[in-house]
Amino acid sequence: MKAMAYRGPYRIRVEEKPMPTIEHPNDAIVRVTTAAICGSDLHLYHGLMPDTRVGTTFGHEFIGVVEEVGPSVQHLTRGDRVMVPFNVYCGSCYFCARGLYSNCHNVNPNATAVGGIYGYSHTCGGYDGGQAEFVRVPFADVGPTIIPDWMDSEDAVLLTDALATGYFGAQLGGIGEGDTVVVFGAGPVGLFAAKSAWLMGAGRVIVIDHLEYRLEKARVFAQAETFNFAEYDDIIVEMKKTTDYLGADVVIDAVGAEAGGSFLQQVTGTKLKLQGGSPVALNWAIDSVRKGGTVAVVGAYGPIFSAVKFGDALNKGLTLRMNQTPVKRQWPRLFEHIRNGYLKPSDIVTHRIPLEHIAEGYHMFSAKLDGCIKPLIIANPS
Amino acid sequence: MSAPTPPTPYVANKPKDIPSPAALRARIPGWGVDLDPKDRPSYPREVFDPAGTGAHWDYPEEQQEREGRERSIEHGQLTPVFGTSAPLHGVSGSIRRYAYRYGEGRAAHWLILMAGDRVDAWGAHLRSLASLRPDDPVTETGVLAEGRRHGIASRIGRGRVDVNHLWLDPVVVAGPWVAAAAGTAVVVRAIARRTRR
Repeated sequence: MKAMAYRGPYRIRVEEKPMPTIEHPNDAIVRVTTAAICGSDLHLYHGLMPDTRVGTTFGHEFIGVVEEVGPSVQHLTRGDRVMVPFNVYCGSCYFCARGLYSNCHNVNPNATAVGGIYGYSHTCGGYDGGQAEFVRVPFADVGPTIIPDWMDSEDAVLLTDALATGYFGAQLGGIGEGDTVVVFGAGPVGLFAAKSAWLMGAGRVIVIDHLEYRLEKARVFAQAETFNFAEYDDIIVEMKKTTDYLGADVVIDAVGAEAGGSFLQQVTGTKLKLQGGSPVALNWAIDSVRKGGTVAVVGAYGPIFSAVKFGDALNKGLTLRMNQTPVKRQWPRLFEHIRNGYLKPSDIVTHRIPLEHIAEGYHMFSAKLDGCIKPLIIANPS
Repeated sequence: MSAPTPPTPYVANKPKDIPSPAALRARIPGWGVDLDPKDRPSYPREVFDPAGTGAHWDYPEEQQEREGRERSIEHGQLTPVFGTSAPLHGVSGSIRRYAYRYGEGRAAHWLILMAGDRVDAWGAHLRSLASLRPDDPVTETGVLAEGRRHGIASRIGRGRVDVNHLWLDPVVVAGPWVAAAAGTAVVVRAIARRTRR
């Protein structure tokens, strides 16, 4: 089968790889129809995530058709059209039993600090991802869900991570009626976080980025106020001014380890890799939230230490909340929101790229060419 | 004429200038439908519901262990299910296995893994030169997208902050190769001098 394969930082290619096989009785093999490139895939692509091995296939956002099931699979059969959450999880360990699916303890021998994620390095369990024609899906009775007939395929693929994560970010913020919510990052997760903040009763939603085309999307798609931080000498001071010198009630970091905006942090974090990426967005979140406010982090960060302004968080009495999203827990409510027309996730899709051209897709997404916001990978045209 | 009201933090109960719920509902479809935290799917954060996950086991069957599957020493055992995408091999495998002697709280664990990643990438590149499909920097970096996806237009006049440190990219990319070449030259010269004696 054809699959994307990592060759080292900034290098990938499509290779012929062996077909995935049933390795556990509750595995399924899924024929991928559509996958996506996620912003957090860029952390792998840029060599920021430890234990990213040459030859692995990325891709944790994908949908497809069940091709084969293991002997203990009860809930899926061959031919089912399924969406697969980015988390690999068992459904029965101490953490899964409490709904913390992204923190499953039974699927990632390489680390206890993070659960299992498709195509996200051996630090996240060493699973191949869905940017391929076929993928092994462990715990097929637990993670995947049959895509409802009424749901559009492109909406479904965005539910497997980006929308669920954006919504989860807003939820972590504990937004109350009338709250001022600032979202750092106008990528897919940031756009969905901004949109979700309104559903939770925000009174004002502000999105910050440095790319004008993404801010335009934030204005149109998420009805947000926008600030281009490249236009200001100090975006934090600007945030204070626009909130009557109070600061935002809730700030959502939807950027993660690839943040720009500080020369020093970018060079030491994302270029020289002396930190776990650049923590600029997180530090700006801590700076721009009001005292006693909440910072929600759904931008992806790796396990290596970062120079985070913890003292300011302490002295301001902040609540910091963060996690990988327990995706499937979000689905029933998000299905309702899509059906009611409150959310239309596929509106942010800008590019559809055949699997064979995925290297160009990564470069385009990484370099932010051609107005790229969300590229989908067409693995098996259905 | 009355003095202007001081900014919000300096007074007790200054109302925020926020549109009314009716105005927000009119502008934003679905505004406030999840206002009640109970309507938010991960509220409360932890809900004990082992029967609601789809699992029909208390402890999953164990995937067959491949010899020497590395694991964090913070785990009490090999997890019953694991990925098998790229088993440890060669020099990079030895480096990575060494990293797994350290706990996840130690910088050594992660930094050694990062070193293993770089060795893995360099090794794969060198091995590819002896294969039928050597690494190709043109297709594998996707740089052709610059021509096909408005590369120049995407960069001009957009105030991109990362332009400030674009100059550093060649240094970071080429630096290790230059350092390795210099190191090799030094070693070769030293060996040659000793041989001449």
